[in-house]
Amino acid sequence: MPLTDAPRIMTARLGDPDSYTIERYLETGGYQALRKALTMTPAEVAAEVDAASLLGRGGAGFPAGRKWSMLKKDPVTSLVVNGDESEPATFKDHLLIERIPHQILEGVIISAYALQVTRAFVYVRGEFALGLERMEQALNDAYHHGAVGADIFSSGFSLDIVVHPGAGAYICGDETALLESLEGKRGFPRIKPPYYPAVIGLYHQPTVVNNVETMANIPWIVANGGAAFAALGAGRSCGTRMFALSGHVNRPGPYEVEMVKVSFRDLIYAEELGGGIRADRELKAFIPGGASSPWFGPEHLDLPLGQDEVGQAGSMLGSGSVVVMDSSTCPVRAAWRITKFFFRESCGQCTPCREGSGWLERILYRIENGGGREQDLDLLLDICDNISPGVHWPPEQTTICPLGPSIPPSIASSLLRFRDDYLVHIKDGGCPHG
Amino acid sequence: MSYFNATMTGRARQLVSLYPEPRSALVPLCHLAQEQDGWLTPEAMEEIAELVGVTPAEVRGTATFYDMLHTEPVGRYVVAVCTNIACLLDGAIELLAHAQERLGVPVGATTPDGLFTLEEAECLADCDHPPCVQVNHRFVRTTTAAAFDRLVEELSAGGHAEDIPAHGTLVRVRRSGGLRVDAGQIARERAAQEGSG
Ligand SMILES: Cc1cc2nc3c(=O)[nH]c(=O)nc-3n(C[C@H](O)[C@H](O)[C@H](O)COP(=O)(O)O)c2cc1C
Ligand code: SF4
Ligand code: FES
Repeated sequence: MPLTDAPRIMTARLGDPDSYTIERYLETGGYQALRKALTMTPAEVAAEVDAASLLGRGGAGFPAGRKWSMLKKDPVTSLVVNGDESEPATFKDHLLIERIPHQILEGVIISAYALQVTRAFVYVRGEFALGLERMEQALNDAYHHGAVGADIFSSGFSLDIVVHPGAGAYICGDETALLESLEGKRGFPRIKPPYYPAVIGLYHQPTVVNNVETMANIPWIVANGGAAFAALGAGRSCGTRMFALSGHVNRPGPYEVEMVKVSFRDLIYAEELGGGIRADRELKAFIPGGASSPWFGPEHLDLPLGQDEVGQAGSMLGSGSVVVMDSSTCPVRAAWRITKFFFRESCGQCTPCREGSGWLERILYRIENGGGREQDLDLLLDICDNISPGVHWPPEQTTICPLGPSIPPSIASSLLRFRDDYLVHIKDGGCPHG
Repeated sequence: MSYFNATMTGRARQLVSLYPEPRSALVPLCHLAQEQDGWLTPEAMEEIAELVGVTPAEVRGTATFYDMLHTEPVGRYVVAVCTNIACLLDGAIELLAHAQERLGVPVGATTPDGLFTLEEAECLADCDHPPCVQVNHRFVRTTTAAAFDRLVEELSAGGHAEDIPAHGTLVRVRRSGGLRVDAGQIARERAAQEGSG
């Protein structure tokens, strides 16, 4: 583990190029945690996960143990695993799906046992053609090994798993849209309440939805105990976590680090992690947790990678993706591209999100390309205010899903930080960054 | 059954049987149809509708929501260049401009020989290899204009049959395990649901 001596929960197996095969998985202790779990009662397994303080790794950071305790066990329940990873600059689930599908599946089987659920669906982003192949092969092999199917390892517990392909739609990462998609419909997020799929989920039955990385932690937690996991990290942010580092660093990549014990500065500059900014340029800003998160500046470098720590500083760890922008970066262009993403991916159900995203995109485009007007800056914030009243953090949500309120943060924070950059664009009639 | 060929029909039936409700197989069946023909023909949508018990209009309405499902013909190779934030910071707009020039078509169009369709993609979750390019949803990792040109030449000459197969994200996905949970149980669940709903 870079920088601390925490165990590698996610990445221990990745040194081996064949880590995705059942042979390698079994050689490295695979499915032993499942065997152990099956000797415990379902409630005991759930208690270990609760004790681990495992925060969901999909973006919202909801405690897995608490989510599980909310599942209404009646009449038929499902477990759905979210492998739709499409948040800009997030690329850790992609790696886990291709490289350790068995570890994910073992987590799913143990979780299903703890929840006493007899069917599970693993939703894999459609663009992950190789990931789908590896996951399906892993599932086939797990069936033949007796780890899935009827009477798993002669325990009396039975479970079926289906690997389900997405087909290209960011919004399907939202858990209620994911369920609609899994039902064979357009990926429209559902109107709340009910707030939680644990009450009404897939096929209108109670459903637990968890992220792929969340699932991949479960075998370790069962093998080593919830307390051992909770001993890593600090506060509510326990264990290790995958961070996807990209942008202007020497060594972009997915890194596993112990939560809270490592800072953004470590992640970006440490030799064994990001290795510093390219060509020794200055840091201009960084995006700490996906396209929806407000940008941070150099003064935030020493913040620890912990959910509450980053939250209190005015942003979020979100999906665990960190994008580094050096001094040569045009903040208008960056904010424009992120806004264009939301415009393209808005599902169109809510007027402020559907109309506002396109309007914002067009304004940012014209500022970047020389057609900006001085009143555009107020107009940007006014439209943001119509999408998410007050434009503060955390954002107000008046739309059906959090995508709408995810649009303002990059615009508002880049404008706050780099207003002069915006003004130069308008005054000079174009982008000074070339 | 008339649209899917014999092998595909078997796979289609298996897909439907995996789910408690047939409609869940709608998107996977669309992937199968694209594997057969490259795109979703009206005949494909009709047969999928029949297989999952909805109208063809519902199949079309659902399919058009998803970027990977094509209701019009596309080239043999769909080339997707990501220009989202991490790739943007590393020359993606420039690579996309180069791709348009090299292929001689704008984004969204297909080359006259029917070989290539060019798309501007959102983040493809491979941001540590920017700018990210996929061909038929395989990560090709051609991050420079020169590497891009080489790949286009090789594909034009019929290369990469192994690492860049034809359309259909399920083209090499085969299920051989399960379902072992009692089929009767699923039938009972369905009946209970119909009773309650
Ligand atoms: C627009 C949007 C996109 C999302 N995309 C993903 C995603 O790709 N993967 C994911 O696991 N969660 C995603 N989420 C979060 C899910 O709604 C959900 O919180 C998560 O899958 C729950 O798993 P966890 O508790 O294990 O984190 C997204 C949420 C929203 C609103
Ligand atoms: S906020 Fe946007 S993406 Fe979410 S439901 Fe409304 S229109 Fe769709
Ligand atoms: S931003 Fe291009 S692959 Fe992620």
